[in-house]
Amino acid sequence: MEWEAVIGLEIHAQLATTTKIFSGASTAFGAQANTQACGIDLALPGTLPVFNTKALEMAVMFGTAIDAEISKTSVFDRKNYFYPDSPKGYQTSQLFYPIVGLGSLEIELSDGSTKQIGVTRAHLEEDAGKSLHDKFPSMTGIDLNRAGTPLLEIVSEPDMRSAEEAIAYAKKIHSIVTCIGICDGNMAEGSFRVDCNVSVRHKGDDKLGNRTETKNINSFRFIEKAIKGEIIRQIEILEDGGHIPQETRLYDAEKDQTRTMRSKEEANDYRYFPCPDLLPIVIEDDYIDAIRSKLPELPDAKKQRFIDQYQLNKKDAGVISSSTAQADYFEIVAKGIKDAKLAANWLLGEVAKTLNQNDLQISESPVDADALAALLIRIKDNTISVNAAKQVFEAMWNRQGSADQIIADKGLKQETDSGAIEKIVRDVIASSDKQVQQYIAAEPDKRGKMLGFFMGQIMKASKGKANPGQVQGLLKPILDSMCD
Amino acid sequence: MALDRQDVEKIAHLARININQEDINEYLGNLTSILDLVDQMQRVDTQNIEPLSHPLDAIQRLRADNITESNQREQLQQVAPAVEEGLFLVPKVID
Amino acid sequence: MFSKTIAQLAIGLNKGEFSSCEITQSYLDRISAQDGKYNSYITVTPEQAMAQAKAADAVISAGNASIMTGIPIAHKDIFCTKGTRTSAGSKMLDNFIAPYDATLIEKFNAVNSVSLGKTNMDEFAMGSSNENSYYGAVTNPWGENRVPGGSSGGSAAAVAAQLAPAATGTDTGGSIRQPCALTNLSGIKPTYGRVSRFGMIAFASSLDQAGPIAKTAEDAAILLNVMAGFDHKDSTSADKPVSDYCASLNQPLAGLKIGLPKEFFSEDLNPQVAAQIQAAVKEYQSLGAQIKEISLPNTALSIPAYYIIAPAEASSNLSRFDGVRYGYRCESPVDLEDMYKRSRGEGFGSEVKRRILVGTYALSEGFYDAYYKKAQQIRRLIQQDYIKALKEVDVIMGPTTPQPAFKIGEKTSDPVEMYMEDIYTLSLNLAGLPGMSIPCGMVDGLPVGLQIIGNYFAEERLLNVAHMFQQATDWHKNTAPGL
Repeated sequence: MEWEAVIGLEIHAQLATTTKIFSGASTAFGAQANTQACGIDLALPGTLPVFNTKALEMAVMFGTAIDAEISKTSVFDRKNYFYPDSPKGYQTSQLFYPIVGLGSLEIELSDGSTKQIGVTRAHLEEDAGKSLHDKFPSMTGIDLNRAGTPLLEIVSEPDMRSAEEAIAYAKKIHSIVTCIGICDGNMAEGSFRVDCNVSVRHKGDDKLGNRTETKNINSFRFIEKAIKGEIIRQIEILEDGGHIPQETRLYDAEKDQTRTMRSKEEANDYRYFPCPDLLPIVIEDDYIDAIRSKLPELPDAKKQRFIDQYQLNKKDAGVISSSTAQADYFEIVAKGIKDAKLAANWLLGEVAKTLNQNDLQISESPVDADALAALLIRIKDNTISVNAAKQVFEAMWNRQGSADQIIADKGLKQETDSGAIEKIVRDVIASSDKQVQQYIAAEPDKRGKMLGFFMGQIMKASKGKANPGQVQGLLKPILDSMCD
Repeated sequence: MALDRQDVEKIAHLARININQEDINEYLGNLTSILDLVDQMQRVDTQNIEPLSHPLDAIQRLRADNITESNQREQLQQVAPAVEEGLFLVPKVID
Repeated sequence: MFSKTIAQLAIGLNKGEFSSCEITQSYLDRISAQDGKYNSYITVTPEQAMAQAKAADAVISAGNASIMTGIPIAHKDIFCTKGTRTSAGSKMLDNFIAPYDATLIEKFNAVNSVSLGKTNMDEFAMGSSNENSYYGAVTNPWGENRVPGGSSGGSAAAVAAQLAPAATGTDTGGSIRQPCALTNLSGIKPTYGRVSRFGMIAFASSLDQAGPIAKTAEDAAILLNVMAGFDHKDSTSADKPVSDYCASLNQPLAGLKIGLPKEFFSEDLNPQVAAQIQAAVKEYQSLGAQIKEISLPNTALSIPAYYIIAPAEASSNLSRFDGVRYGYRCESPVDLEDMYKRSRGEGFGSEVKRRILVGTYALSEGFYDAYYKKAQQIRRLIQQDYIKALKEVDVIMGPTTPQPAFKIGEKTSDPVEMYMEDIYTLSLNLAGLPGMSIPCGMVDGLPVGLQIIGNYFAEERLLNVAHMFQQATDWHKNTAPGL
């Protein structure tokens, strides 16, 4: 009996507004506890919410980016529950009439196939504060700086069937929200949080099994592990004849498993009703059209443009365009050195490798796009060889200076004077009589393989500085001329 | 609408209000008579009537995204029951 | 001094007959001597009042005064006043020193009015008798052992006992109008959205409105001039220009069309009260008004609709009182749940707890449609009744309450009996319309209030209609015996 997983994701993207959704306090990350929590954020008696125009704009930007229905009238509702990080005793959210309705987007999988994933809705709500459980022995400390930060909750249809599909979808949403600038996508800081709803059923069954919700996972790696683990866990239980209770779980990264979340053990009756302190949000077609027309280039369009404009292959174009930071980096380098292929190779090769090794994002790279371009230009103008360039890059990464400074300091400039190179070539040939005779004696179509020995000797003699291309251009003709 | 003691306890829990055992019956009586009163609403047919959430026929105004509130932690925490290192303290919660 | 209206005080100040410091000190002395009988104040603020009076006198001397400059008034303890206890009549906020001023308070400060202190009220504005206050019941100056009405009972008693020339109140289901009717005062609940709710501790957000409680319609107009206006901090504040509410007070009433809803004159109405109302209506006829019988068929449903909507909104608005960031926290909580339940169980009084429970139930799963949604639908029907009626008439009149001031303790055993007090006032809050109560007679030595209801943002007209009655009659001039 084959099992099928059914997966839906609820993604909370913190909107990159300057102030909170309902108050004029700052949303900047990293401030000292409760220094960005005004009377409204603390829910002082008598305080009232006033709605941030930028949050509305950003929600509509997202909706237009995924071609979703935009509600011309949407309403804020109160979701009532008690928790110390929720100062009003309710969260202002949107249940009945969300700002964004049905939309969809396309994901691409590793085998090159594509799939449409539906987005059920996206709505605005306010973030809660933070609870610090480990700071004091018997008390929990509450920091309300984050309380009131605008969130866009993006709910997918339960269209995904594997962890791979879920990750592709999550990454697509991540690339869209960062690309259009409504979210900084910083998962480590909590700007982009994913809740995974997972259930399993027998393949062919159209009824859904009970689902579990694993909350607040903040890295793609953990999302993948959590989903995979949850699918296995559920199948095991069902095969043993057990049943899956509908519940909320937390992912424990250390143990690589999900566990039941204690505080959510009882079902919550949220008693939703329209918030009487806020009036209906009403927008017109021209507001929506204006936002749509000002959208920056979306990841899919960017990918196609990279294929058309820079002749990148589909795979490379897909990877580079998936993040605005990467795409921008690439374009600066490509335009700077007028060589898209070289730029792409380095970005996906040396740069990506080094970033991964150091667990950094491209925005945190010590070598910025202009600096890399300055390095790659020295390859293109034959100042240094590719191998030397990798050395220079490492030194640049370790902040030892600019490309030109390092080339000079380490004496990496390659030899390009054709006279000097020719002398080295002839010297090596002259001192390699045995190999030269072998070359002459060999069949013409077998001679190519023998060039390697001479190349090696020449590079050794020139201490790696001879420009390989020029060596090649001189070596074969000289050897061949000795053959007849 | 018939309520019983258990209902009162459930609602009190949802509202996070402690009600002493000896007072439950009184609350039960009060709530029952209030709910009998509101049952009168069922006499009227409201099938296609749009609910009225706001008496004003107005729409939500939008606020510019500019910082207007500075750090007032010192002042606002003066009225707090328990504060340490700038954090509001509550009995420890286990997730 | 103490029988002067605000209009008269303003003239005296302007002429230099007395100073703000003199008036303020006189009132403070009188409060000190007399309020023990009424319990109308929760917090008196003598130092602050005298400081404000001094500043006001300077403004008056400089010739920059407006009418309310230097005039001392009292504020219902529901408005946040920076640096002063703001209790909402509750143990929950007994220790709460507000860190900011309500917009309404800022507006009075901006014209250099003087605040004598914060008045007593039914806890969190829930009540019709001021018997639900943590600080004890308020006594109506018109009768020992009689209630002054609620929830703005303290403000009404203070003005009626001449412990303030006027006061601010709030009205969610009648809490300005009903106390005015029971204490022979003139008060107005403005159109919803006319006065800012920022800084006004919320009871039922879609029904609450602040307004003046005064000795005359003219005084009420003077206060409303300061209170009214758009506030960007309140999303439900009406962005509509503010009239000068004193400008048309003396406009003749010839041609005024008055509607009398037959539902306001049912068998529940005390016949003596009915007689007083009818006499008042006759007076209006002699002033040139035409009377028309109208119908507001869904009037009776306003009680059940209100007693779902108001508690539902309140149950959510009061969730913030959890002992975490301010207010009452119970002793030695064993865990978070215990802290919530005992802080709220001990901090709130019974009526508040009752209404939170009803409201929580009305919004809970399975009951939302039958209760909350149904009530909002009935609310629209009630609004439609009024809109229809106000197409045919300019104002609607009737009794403010079914009977005059009842005895303390008379209605506390059955909450539903207390709710019936509001039968004539509730529907207005549901519709958001403005309404006034002015004195129009006496029954067994107790005042009777005439309710006047107007169209949206027609406060100017309402005050005019009230004022002209007060030019032709003397009911509003009566003062409580033995003051």
